[in-house]
Amino acid sequence: MSNFFDKSDLSRKDADKIVSDTLLNCDDGELYLEDTKSESILLDDNKIKSSSYSSDLGFGFRAITGEVVAYSHSNEISKDSLKKSSENLKSTLKSMKGTYNHDISRSNKKFYEDINPLEQKTLNSKLEVLNKVNEYLRKKDNSVKQVTTSFAGEQKSIEIIRSGGEVLTDVRPLIRFNVSVMLEKNGRKETGVYGIGGRQSYDEYLKNDNWKTVCEEAFRIASVNLESKPAPAGEMKVVLGPGWPAILIHEAIGHGLEGDFNRKKTSAFHDLMGQKVASEGVTIVDDGTIDNRRGSLTIDDEGTPTEKTVLIENGILKNFMQDRLNARLMNTKSTGSGRRENYRHVVLPRMRNTMMLSGNQTQEEMIKSVDKGIFAVSFGGGQVDITSGKFVFNCTEAYEINNGKIGSPIKGATLIGDGPSILKEVSMVGNDMMLDPGIGTCGKAGQGVPVGVAQPSILIDKMTVGGTKL
Amino acid sequence: MVKDQEYLKSKASYCLDLAKKLGATGSSVTVGHSISETVNFRNNTLDESNRSDGLAISIETYLGKKRSSISSSNLLDDNIKTLIEKCFETTKNTPEDEFNSLPDKELLAKEIKNLNLYDETHFDNEKKIDYLKELESVASSEEKIVNTESSFTENKSNFILANSDGFCNGYKSSSFSASCVTVAKDENSMERDYEFTSKRHLSDIKGAKELGEKASEQTIRKLSPNKIGSEKISIIFDKRIAKGMLGAFAGAISSNAIARGTSFLKDKINEQIFSETINVIDKPDMNKGVGSQIFDSEGVKSDTLNLIQNGILKNYLVDTYNGKKLNLKSNGRCGGTTNLYFDNGKISFEDLLKINSKHIYVTETIGHGSNLVTGDYSVGATGFLIENGEFKFPVNEITIAGNFKDMFKNITLASDLDFEYSVNSPTMMIEGMTVAGK
Repeated sequence: MSNFFDKSDLSRKDADKIVSDTLLNCDDGELYLEDTKSESILLDDNKIKSSSYSSDLGFGFRAITGEVVAYSHSNEISKDSLKKSSENLKSTLKSMKGTYNHDISRSNKKFYEDINPLEQKTLNSKLEVLNKVNEYLRKKDNSVKQVTTSFAGEQKSIEIIRSGGEVLTDVRPLIRFNVSVMLEKNGRKETGVYGIGGRQSYDEYLKNDNWKTVCEEAFRIASVNLESKPAPAGEMKVVLGPGWPAILIHEAIGHGLEGDFNRKKTSAFHDLMGQKVASEGVTIVDDGTIDNRRGSLTIDDEGTPTEKTVLIENGILKNFMQDRLNARLMNTKSTGSGRRENYRHVVLPRMRNTMMLSGNQTQEEMIKSVDKGIFAVSFGGGQVDITSGKFVFNCTEAYEINNGKIGSPIKGATLIGDGPSILKEVSMVGNDMMLDPGIGTCGKAGQGVPVGVAQPSILIDKMTVGGTKL
Repeated sequence: MVKDQEYLKSKASYCLDLAKKLGATGSSVTVGHSISETVNFRNNTLDESNRSDGLAISIETYLGKKRSSISSSNLLDDNIKTLIEKCFETTKNTPEDEFNSLPDKELLAKEIKNLNLYDETHFDNEKKIDYLKELESVASSEEKIVNTESSFTENKSNFILANSDGFCNGYKSSSFSASCVTVAKDENSMERDYEFTSKRHLSDIKGAKELGEKASEQTIRKLSPNKIGSEKISIIFDKRIAKGMLGAFAGAISSNAIARGTSFLKDKINEQIFSETINVIDKPDMNKGVGSQIFDSEGVKSDTLNLIQNGILKNYLVDTYNGKKLNLKSNGRCGGTTNLYFDNGKISFEDLLKINSKHIYVTETIGHGSNLVTGDYSVGATGFLIENGEFKFPVNEITIAGNFKDMFKNITLASDLDFEYSVNSPTMMIEGMTVAGK
């Protein structure tokens, strides 16, 4: 746990006083202190390309009255700097008056340990693993022309001081291990990427030579793509594999169910609460409470304990994801979804681990039922236009389906669909729900936060596939 | 006030001295300070104010051919000392890489040309609020506009880059930017669009009225879109999308991608990759240029590069490390391009629209569908159907796909280039791409 005050002329008492004084006539707000230590070690092109370490310390001071948010942040934790921020907040809100809401729920549950993953493994042992990965893949096959592998780890300590002196703290470990391999055969080049991670020590993820599994998966994806043919273009049936393809749900549905877009009525879902937005059998939750998952949080960045929020239950829209500001303005309570990338950013309602729950059909049945379509197993990034509801994502591993059978692999193509209607096109939900391997980062308003996704195999009756073959 | 050069220099030399004392054979350090103030409006009222004050330091230490780096936002001498010790410890334990090196001394920038990148004017929050009030009242005046969000940001920064070979330089820069996002609604649809302006000097930004009008007009015309069938059709890219092609091109000619062999443009120097009419230039010394720089992030002087001349690839973007690997000299592009643009074509915008009887005019793309290893391109798009030179109706939920190798050879440019951003393109037509729709 970081002590934010021991090397500063600012005492905790001073900080409490400035916070309470600044927020006196405000509806909400807090002082958020953050200390992040992070490292990244990268092997590329047969060499350790970079080995870097970063230490980032700072505060973000927020005052809210009505709908107006005043924010000021600095990386200098001092009396002077906090006072300057305080004046800045006061001047923005000077003509407004609110009543501070002291209510904040508490919980003793923790979803990860207070560890520092950076210090639990020596630099040399990390370098050793990266070198083993490189050798293993290059020995594996002549077609391997490039290997990139990396470790990234961080420990983020936060402290939230609310008006009246209430203090909330959290220590968050996060690691990621990644392998990317490029193959070249008969003049064609293709890459395959795979990674794992979460809120545990590196060794938890690397036990039992698990790094080999990651290598094999990256190699397999690249090999499949070497044989890929141009993707078809046009509307067709799409079977999505389990796990990471749930990025579709994240983009298509998840963002549109974040509180801010609905309060501002810019989301296509803002007037659909209680209505049927998905086929029967479709249930989607956003869960911050799964042990050690990348998207899990003990408390969110406003101090609210996270929870499992039911977004869609059996096709019916049940809840939006809320931070304190949007919850207050929409007359509901925070779902523990208030997040920020770091102290430089304001809190926004964000996803944690977004999951579609299992149904009772099998992937085999889905494939069999498709005359012409595609089977998408893995994706790169996705994006959504909240207002029009249109979303896209890019296949990194996909196959043609012809007459109920899986055919050749196809080149990376973009799939495009309409968020509010896509879940109504889901005609089968599989019994094979799977979590993603722990690699997701979600971007919103220039802020990236770690997230998770999960889903079973699903059959979508109609989506546009953006290939080149007509 | 943004910290002055003296303060930043003293921090930088403290670091270099310390690294030397510890036994580093070389080191380089960047110290920067940046202050920015943002005001956001929503539906004609104040929504958010945000003040950001940030110091940052990054240090690289060398022991022969061994190298590692650290960065921090905490500039207390105590903390810096701990970090440099840690950095050098890591350096010692990192394997050698024969290409690791500080930049060649003779390539370092000698003189600091004044490019007018700093405007000391302070546009205080009250003035920002006045600007946004006017902007939003214009943007929301049409009945179909149901939501407006706008923002004004003023940024001032200063930095010093110093290394153990005696380089020690830096300069102040500023930016003023305003943006407006509008949402329009009719009985069939809800659509969003935007307009944006960003300049080094306050007096050069677009007026509030112009910005608001444009955002509103661009959003309303997107209402009630149709989906179209799948076909091969020529595509016209609005300037704001056309410049994205340059982004992909720049990624593919970065010396990093070339040295690693992961670019579809590897080994294409002196080959025809665009049609003969195309020229691409990267010009670092534009007066007040949004992407202007005097030297790159290693201190290497950057000169104007003709990247594509009459369709032929003439240069990669080279930094020190990858340059040594490729046996090329750094051309001052560590950190990428500066002011990158396609030279004007010979045909007017109006005539471009009439080249074919039918086009798709793309105003927005979504998704990350560029694969720089294979050149494959596939993204979601919205825009308009154009027939006989006239805008017919808005189109959405389509994808456009092709391969850069073919797309680059089929580009026709209009003659309407202007320098709004750091990457700029005239309106662009590409033939032979596939649209997937219904």
